[in-house]
Amino acid sequence: MSRAGDQDPLEVHIKRKTYRRVSGDDLQVLGDIALAVASGEVAALIGPSGCGKTTLLRIIVGLDVDFEGTVRLPAHGRLGVVFQEPRLLPWRTVEENVRLAAPLASDAVLDGLFGTLGLAAHRSHYPGELSVGLARRVALARAFAVEPELLVLDEPFVSLDAELATRLRGELAELVSRRPVTTLLVSHDVDEVIGLADRIFLLSGSPARLLTTMPIQNPRSARTEAEVAAIRDELSRKANTARA
Amino acid sequence: MNAALRLGSIALLLAIWFLGSRLAGPRLLPDPQTVGLAMVAEARSGALAFNLGVTLARVAAAFAIAMVLGTMLGLAMGRRRTVDRIGDPWLVLLLNLPALVIIVLAYIWAGLTETAALAAVVLNKLPLATVTVREGARALDRNLEEMARVFRMSRWKRFRHVMLPQLSPYLAAASRSGLSLVWKIVLIVELLGRPNGVGFEIGTAFELFDVTKIMAYALAFVAVMLAIETFVVQPFERYVSRWRPRPS
Repeated sequence: MSRAGDQDPLEVHIKRKTYRRVSGDDLQVLGDIALAVASGEVAALIGPSGCGKTTLLRIIVGLDVDFEGTVRLPAHGRLGVVFQEPRLLPWRTVEENVRLAAPLASDAVLDGLFGTLGLAAHRSHYPGELSVGLARRVALARAFAVEPELLVLDEPFVSLDAELATRLRGELAELVSRRPVTTLLVSHDVDEVIGLADRIFLLSGSPARLLTTMPIQNPRSARTEAEVAAIRDELSRKANTARA
Repeated sequence: MNAALRLGSIALLLAIWFLGSRLAGPRLLPDPQTVGLAMVAEARSGALAFNLGVTLARVAAAFAIAMVLGTMLGLAMGRRRTVDRIGDPWLVLLLNLPALVIIVLAYIWAGLTETAALAAVVLNKLPLATVTVREGARALDRNLEEMARVFRMSRWKRFRHVMLPQLSPYLAAASRSGLSLVWKIVLIVELLGRPNGVGFEIGTAFELFDVTKIMAYALAFVAVMLAIETFVVQPFERYVSRWRPRPS
């Protein structure tokens, strides 16, 4: 599998991000965070709930421009985003939802995505007719259909039952292996991303700072249980040191 | 069952009308048959179709202008707080100005012209459309807006596929109440300063105390509006809400 090496990496350098509280004083949500994701690499961003991960993502995808620092997106900055909620248009069918976001996607690409994600039978259904798991798959299909230069996923498996989450993780792994794309995956759960990521960023509690960066050398398919367990221990040790 | 109830209700109305006509006398309240024959006579002479057509054209023009302007204003006010602060006092003023005042002033300032007539009707309907659409604009889902932005959807796409479907219940409500309001005001405008239309005919009939003609025109127009509601508004509403799961 060749990786597109001519693309730029994702580079994020945030000095500070504050919110103005109702009472008038500022609340700092993000501290000094510098991270880079190489082209075609899957990076995971892990940190405790409420530490500011979603805020960081909103800054990266350009929905929040009120911060100190810089964000450099890969190449032309074409984004595929999977939000925490599926965010589908209820008045458009599954296929229309995907095509509206990705007007340039060919029929072959869509057929492939719908096939991999088990959506072939649901193309003409409306989102109100789908289960939560199916709706999340449509959100995944939409993000991949734009053939993004940066794929951003915000807790895409949260509030799914364990079996369904495992299956979706497998489908995601298959998609990023088939067509490597610079990916940033956010989660509060190490186990969720450990089998997917090439690199893990560990964030502290609020205001979030970058505690450590952990590259994983072995490719996804070749990781052993022992290796995964070692990474997990290492990460929890670092998180605990930071807390103490 | 439903159809039977509906027909029964209409039959009851006709029976009361018939009895009322017997009690009040045909001069004050002509019976249904007389009114029906008068409608046929007006239709034969071509006057009914002409006047209905003229009035309908005014209703359509005023309604369309008021809805387009009201949608634009409502969207701007619902989405931008500054615009809302500037526009709100004007809205309150227009909402509380009696229709008659607007009509009379329009005729005095712009003369007894078609433009003045239409402007008066539009100004009466505009604030109501604006207020309804503003509610809709305030209720727009920000999550979907953000989704459209990160996927770089064009302005037109965002309007057509993200915003408009969310506004459609509000637009439908504004259309419903708007259509009946507009046609009532068009009649007053015609009565006061136009040489044709249903309102003008009713004005003439009033001077001649011709109750039969008044009722013939009123009924004909109600029939037209009922047809528009049944064959245009309701199918359109079914179409825009086709994606909603129907209660079983």
